[in-house]
Amino acid sequence: MKLVIEPGRATAHYWRDLWRYRELMSFLAWRDVAVRYKQTAIGLAWALIRPALTLLVFVAFRRMAGLRQGEVPDALLVLAAVLPWQFFSSALLETSNSLIGNTALIAKVYFPRLIIPIAAVATAFVDFLVTLILLAVLMPWYGAPAGLPLLALPVFVALAAALSLGLGLLMAALTVSYRDFRYIVPFVVQLGLFVSPVAFATSQVPDRWRTLYSLNPMVGIIDGFRWSILSGRTPIEAPVLGVSVALTLAILTVGVWYFRRTERGFADAI
Amino acid sequence: MSTIVSIEGVGKRYRLRHRAPAARYETLRDAIAGAASAPLRWFNDARPASVTEDFWALRDVSFDVGRGEVVGIIGRNGAGKSTLLKILSRITEPTAGRVTLHGRVASLLEVGTGFHPELTGRENIFLNGSILGMSRAEIVRKFDAIVSFAGVERFLDTPVKRYSSGMYVRLAFAVAAHLEPEVLVVDEVLAVGDIEFQQRSLGKMQEVSRGGRTVLFVSHNMAAINSLTSRTVLLDRGRVMFDGPTSEAIGRYAQLAGRAAASGTLGRGAHSTVLAAQLVDAFGQPTAHYTPGAPLRIEVVVETDGWPALSIEVFLVDAMQQKIAMASLHQFEGIVLPHTAGRYRTTLDLQPVWLASGAYSIDVTTSVVNSSWDHYVDNAASLEVVASNPGGRPWDFRHDFGYGAFALPCARKPEFIAESHDPG
Repeated sequence: MKLVIEPGRATAHYWRDLWRYRELMSFLAWRDVAVRYKQTAIGLAWALIRPALTLLVFVAFRRMAGLRQGEVPDALLVLAAVLPWQFFSSALLETSNSLIGNTALIAKVYFPRLIIPIAAVATAFVDFLVTLILLAVLMPWYGAPAGLPLLALPVFVALAAALSLGLGLLMAALTVSYRDFRYIVPFVVQLGLFVSPVAFATSQVPDRWRTLYSLNPMVGIIDGFRWSILSGRTPIEAPVLGVSVALTLAILTVGVWYFRRTERGFADAI
Repeated sequence: MSTIVSIEGVGKRYRLRHRAPAARYETLRDAIAGAASAPLRWFNDARPASVTEDFWALRDVSFDVGRGEVVGIIGRNGAGKSTLLKILSRITEPTAGRVTLHGRVASLLEVGTGFHPELTGRENIFLNGSILGMSRAEIVRKFDAIVSFAGVERFLDTPVKRYSSGMYVRLAFAVAAHLEPEVLVVDEVLAVGDIEFQQRSLGKMQEVSRGGRTVLFVSHNMAAINSLTSRTVLLDRGRVMFDGPTSEAIGRYAQLAGRAAASGTLGRGAHSTVLAAQLVDAFGQPTAHYTPGAPLRIEVVVETDGWPALSIEVFLVDAMQQKIAMASLHQFEGIVLPHTAGRYRTTLDLQPVWLASGAYSIDVTTSVVNSSWDHYVDNAASLEVVASNPGGRPWDFRHDFGYGAFALPCARKPEFIAESHDPG
């Protein structure tokens, strides 16, 4: 085996290395999951309590604001949005902070740095899997039938993961040099909740705002979740979904490109 | 002997960014205007408020390492040793030159990288092994050997945050010691742990090097370098100063360290003159190294004309040229120089201090008591603290972290006396 180290040469075996280091990636994800609930009294239950409380508050809010619509159980409508939103937002937050949270590793060991943010998304995904328990309990409770559209759910999960990874890569790489982004990301996540169809449905958005509103890539993803979980009883619009997919892919591409471009300076800048 | 590591003309440049002095805020109005424009400043590459300066941490470094060779790398702090290892480990890229590696390289720049305090010993073995580049199957195969080398069998399922510092270091080193790469790159890892464990680690390193593996070994521990390597590369200010037999390299290194102190004439004072000042070890031999926690001995040679009230002061000065400590013959000890004219040698045997690791210099002055400096000598001697870990923990307390120049270790272990108990 021969390896040449030269200025600008680091890219040569990058993707092959990424594959070779996949075990390290699963170890890092496992570490974050294992550590997260250590020395807590109720452990993994925390992953359930957060979405459950959010669900309660939003259902109550919708009742007060008169936002309820007849056809589908309100709790399911909200839950089908809370789950992807919480996955997306926690994955984004963790990915953004993942590099500066692993400074020691970056300064002392070589591996393709992409492993760290990918492991962060995987960690958030484990929490997401736990929250699916809520769905498994509430769907039979409301007598909601699981239909064929449910098979499409993994596609929307993958879209949410890709979007959070794409944005997260960008934010993580920027945070290495500019710690300002540590304050920007939580703020963006907070605002995002209000411009995404979590507490309301896309059909409740006034027509004149629709185009602008659809530019939020989470709209298509959340609508997709609803469509899939409620067996097609809420609509999904092809153009909205199309915009989401296109934007997600674009953001992921830009994220990976920027990350790869700045990566070789991480050890010096962090 | 075939070449396994080939380093050709490697250089590494860092850009240092300074804020230009003109950017200091003069008035409140300037400060407010500055604060208002600051958030936008980094969008603007012109950066009128800062200047950049190039700093070459490594410059034109070339040497080859043959298969099975054990090579030491020595040099003063800031000579570029760590940068070189980082380039060889692919952590950072060179700015110029080329390195060719004909084999799998594992690097050990720190003991216990990635150890997580909340995880158990067993979990950390897997995590750390994986970080160092071992596959899961490899770790499973070596697991028992690692555990018995570290001697932590009983505590495998205890979180490592509850380990004693000795156990922690032993476990961390044990994982690293079981790496089996073709080239092993090691940075100053023998400087941790108790003496007995250091001996065992050294033994393990000897075993590794005798096993035909190639080792590149950075250390300040000249005894370790001497016993492990026959060839040593001496770096100074980013360049190769010497590459050859270890004994000769160590000799040149000592010269290099001593040179700073011996340079220049020191001038004279009105009543007295500082002729020489140097750091000495417990045997009175000149040294450039200070081990934190040992007495700090400074030998001074002065000449006096017999003036009745002359004192000697010694200042410890850090790398930023800040005085951080003072010793005074008159003010602290109530002693003055002898009233008979002549030349005297004295040793200030100062109480042990827990100095942070880094480079320091010593200013020595004679003074007319409570009046004026008589003969002030800047930078009369220099000293280097290689590692500072008062509690024997692996963490090196470095002065350039900005947390101060002295560690404040507890005189006795703190105890926690419960004031109330959580009913849960």
